[in-house]
Parts: sequence; C-alpha cells; structure tokens
Amino acid sequence: MSAATYLPAGLPIPVPENDGLDKPYWEGTRRGELKVQRCKACKTWQWGPEWICHKCLSFDLDWVEVEGKGRIYSWERPWHPVHPALKGHGPYIAVLVELPAAGNVRMLGNLVGDPRQEVRIGAEVEAVFEPHDDARPPFTLVHWKVK
Amino acid sequence: MSRRSLRGKVAVVGIGETTYYRHGKSPDPEFVLALKAILAACEDAGIEPHEIDGFASYSNDRNDPSRIAAALGLPALRFSNMQWGGGGGGGSGAVANASAAVACGIADCVVVFRALAQGQFQRFGAAAPGGTAAGEPAYNAPYGVMSPAQRYAMRAMRFLHENRIGPGAQRAIALASYHHAQNNPRAVMHGRPLDEETYDSSRWIVEPWRLFDCCQENDGAAALVIVPAERARNFKNKPAYLVGATLGSEHRNAARVHNAPLYATSSFTTVAPQLYEMAGVKPKDIDVVQSYENFTGGVLMSLVEHGFFKAEEANDFLKLENLLAPSGKLPLNTSGGNLAECYMHGLELQLEAVRQLRGASTAQVRDAKLSMVISGPMVTPVSSMILGTEETVQ
Repeated sequence: MSAATYLPAGLPIPVPENDGLDKPYWEGTRRGELKVQRCKACKTWQWGPEWICHKCLSFDLDWVEVEGKGRIYSWERPWHPVHPALKGHGPYIAVLVELPAAGNVRMLGNLVGDPRQEVRIGAEVEAVFEPHDDARPPFTLVHWKVK
Repeated sequence: MSRRSLRGKVAVVGIGETTYYRHGKSPDPEFVLALKAILAACEDAGIEPHEIDGFASYSNDRNDPSRIAAALGLPALRFSNMQWGGGGGGGSGAVANASAAVACGIADCVVVFRALAQGQFQRFGAAAPGGTAAGEPAYNAPYGVMSPAQRYAMRAMRFLHENRIGPGAQRAIALASYHHAQNNPRAVMHGRPLDEETYDSSRWIVEPWRLFDCCQENDGAAALVIVPAERARNFKNKPAYLVGATLGSEHRNAARVHNAPLYATSSFTTVAPQLYEMAGVKPKDIDVVQSYENFTGGVLMSLVEHGFFKAEEANDFLKLENLLAPSGKLPLNTSGGNLAECYMHGLELQLEAVRQLRGASTAQVRDAKLSMVISGPMVTPVSSMILGTEETVQ
C-alpha cells in the first residue's frame, strides 16, 4: 500500500474525536466527499470543526459537501524527519489550501507530485483522495494537486 | 481597555539558573534542576527560601509547587499558578500572573520558574511513533505535520510571501543570537560562533527554516523572585520594576486546522498594543529586547507586531549591525536567547532582561532603562512584558 501513498505507512492514523464532533468529515472522506461545517442559521462556513457557530453561536451546524477546488494559501517543505516512519524518506510538501466556494476556509494536505517542485502561493489546486483501506481502522486522506 | 494596571506595582529582585545543558545531558533530574534554580534566585535576592510563599509557571511544568513547598519546608504556600496553554508563550504570562498575585495581596514573594530535562522526558522536536491521532492532530500528523517547526512554518511562509521578505532578515536574527552568545559563558553555544556562510549552507529543517533558524533543545532550569514594589529596595541587587505585562491572542487565533483569520501573525496584534497601553511607553522608548526564538520567522513577526519596524521595512531593518549590543538600533537577544544561550523555554530571556537593567549583561546596552521580553510567537496564548529601572515607574 505504501507505494500508492504520498507518505510512507506508519504515521499516526486519523480517527474522529471521541465526542463525535468531526465524524461526518472522516466518514465523508471514505466516500470521496469533502465536507465542511456550515451554520444552518446564519450560513457561515466554518472549519476546523467546532460544536458552535463562531458567528451567531447557533449549535445547529450542517455538514455540506463542497467541491474539492481551492488555491494554495501557504506551504512548507519538511526535510528533517521527526517521525520514525519518515526516516530516510526525503523532503515532502504540506500545503494549506483555501476554498473560495466555502467562505475561504482552509484545509491542510500534502501537495502530490515532485516533492522538490516549486510551490506558488495562489496556485489553483484540486483535491485528491488517498484511501488507506488496509489501515486499522481504515481512513482516507485528502491531498491536493496543481491543476 | 482597563485602566487598572500592574505598572510599578511589583519588582523582580532575584534571578537564578542552573548550568545549561544540551538536551539529555543534565546529570540532575528535572525536579532537582527546578530546586537549584529557585535556590539560586533566592541567593541572588539575598533572601531565605522560607520567605517564598508562591509559585507560577507555564506549559504544564511538571514540578508541582506543592511538592516544591514541601521539599523546601516553606511555612505556607499562598499562590500556585499554571498559565494555561501556549508552551513558551506563557513565559511573560507567568510573570504577569505572579505579579498580579503579589500586587493584589494574594502572596508576598512569588517565584516564577521553568525546568526541563528532555532526556528524562520526551523531546519537543520528536514525534511519538505509531498510534492514532484525533482532533487537531488528525488533520496534521498523517500529512507529516507534527513538530513545532512543521506546525508553524506555514504562518511564517505566508508572512514572508505577503511582505516580500528575503532570507537575509531571518538570518540576521540567528546571527545576532550567536554573536551575543560568544560573550556569555553560560551559553551552550559559547565558543561556537556562526557566520553567514555556515548559516546559508546549513540544512533545511522545514522550508523556510534552516537548522540555525530553529531553537535548541536543552536541559536546565531558571527562576526569578517577585515582590511588592514598596519592598523592592531591601534586597541585594538593583530591582527591575514591572512596567507592563500582557497575554492572550487575537480573534479566533486558535481556530482549528490553521484557520485563524489573521493567520500570518505571531499572535501579538492585540497583546502588544495592550502592553504599551499598560506601560505608558512607545516602541522607540525600549532600549533592549529579548524575543523568544522558537523559529526566527516568529521573532521577525513579533518585532513587527511590537511596532519596532513595519513589515515592509523588515529587509532593511533586520541587518546584523542593527541588532547588536551595545549600540545597535534594537539590541536583540543579548544573552544568545533560545538559539544560542539555552532553550530554557524562554525564561532565560526574563533573566537577561533583568541583567540589562542591573548593568550586568555580558552584552550590555549602555544605560538600559526599559527592557522588553516577548514570549512564544505564533502559539496561543502569547505574552510579553516590559521591565524598567526605578525612574521609569516614578
């Protein structure tokens, strides 16, 4: 499986919070859906997940599927491995992507492709779902690729 | 904003630290380091340890004040305080909390301390293997964003991009710390100078930060003693009066998954103006600054947010000569700071700020009267403080 994934196997496995807050997000990624919170009362987009709308303080939040299209807001290229699974792996890129269609909320993922590629803030990117079906429990990550 | 203020109400009258070690190299357990630093601060103040009646710390320091009070046989414990969250961002916050307790009469003699033995316990810069991640880490760790450097690099990257700041600005900050450490025999990097070529050819930790942009990890402990201003003249050394101390962060700084509205900040956009308001001084009045270096980009943003120069002036202002004691425009991290003295989780910066007012720094700024400490950029809460000589709080 590791050959098909951007980073080697052995990194921490993401699981929903034990109070259930972000379960809809992680379940959505398994189906290839990118879900973001939106307040039913005032329509404010909200990410990361929280139990209350930061704008109008309503607890009635919806999980809305959004198109996996955004632009790079910031990025970094880690070289020094801080986790045993990354020893000897070499550099990789993490990007912060803002989603204009969802109130410019930001999501974090890896930028697929050459890990030494030049990265341009503002570049248009689209989501790439990376299932880890053999993990226990299984999960799906959301990466980004330059359009 | 409140007119109630800590200005001139308390003073730092004692400072102490252990030998500073590379991480994992302390011969003493962490608790012993804490005790030794506290006793050194008492010695410096010229007080008996029995006079201490309170403690304040930050970042979940593992050395519980009740245990310390029992170990030192204190007659009574009146204040036991932990600044919540923010790691090294709590350094000046712990001083603010201790000062508030003393100013309001909760306690009379409070020690602020921090102790770290990263050999005995886990290192900050290494992730634990395997397992699962929930909450905020679930959106970071599986993508290889785990260490503090990885966690904060994107804030600095965005700031450098927005303001067209070149690599020389961060480099000058690193060089200033190493330069000052060469005068300081306490410094772990004493005798290990850094030049531009060595910086430029050092390996990337995480772009935009090279090895020398990142703090050390160390073992050691530091402590300082805070008493009411009216008693401050009765001690061995010249008192350093608190002129102001503030903590916090701006609107929704902790919005999850890197969604802080003002992402490209060091978190001081509301804290720094409140500090100047409390202190009744302006950036141009500050003689010397100790600014917490977790990473040089954080220092850069901290200095902008504390009003020393504008972001668009960073390339011109952040030149080595401007940052050096005794006579640079803004002498910075005059003990060597987290980069080159010791990563005492920033509390070594408070001690150095006091030394500058006593005229006892190894990189002394001439006639320093107002001495600033900026704690823990980019985290939340952050904190900062200004100490001054007696005439500054008259």
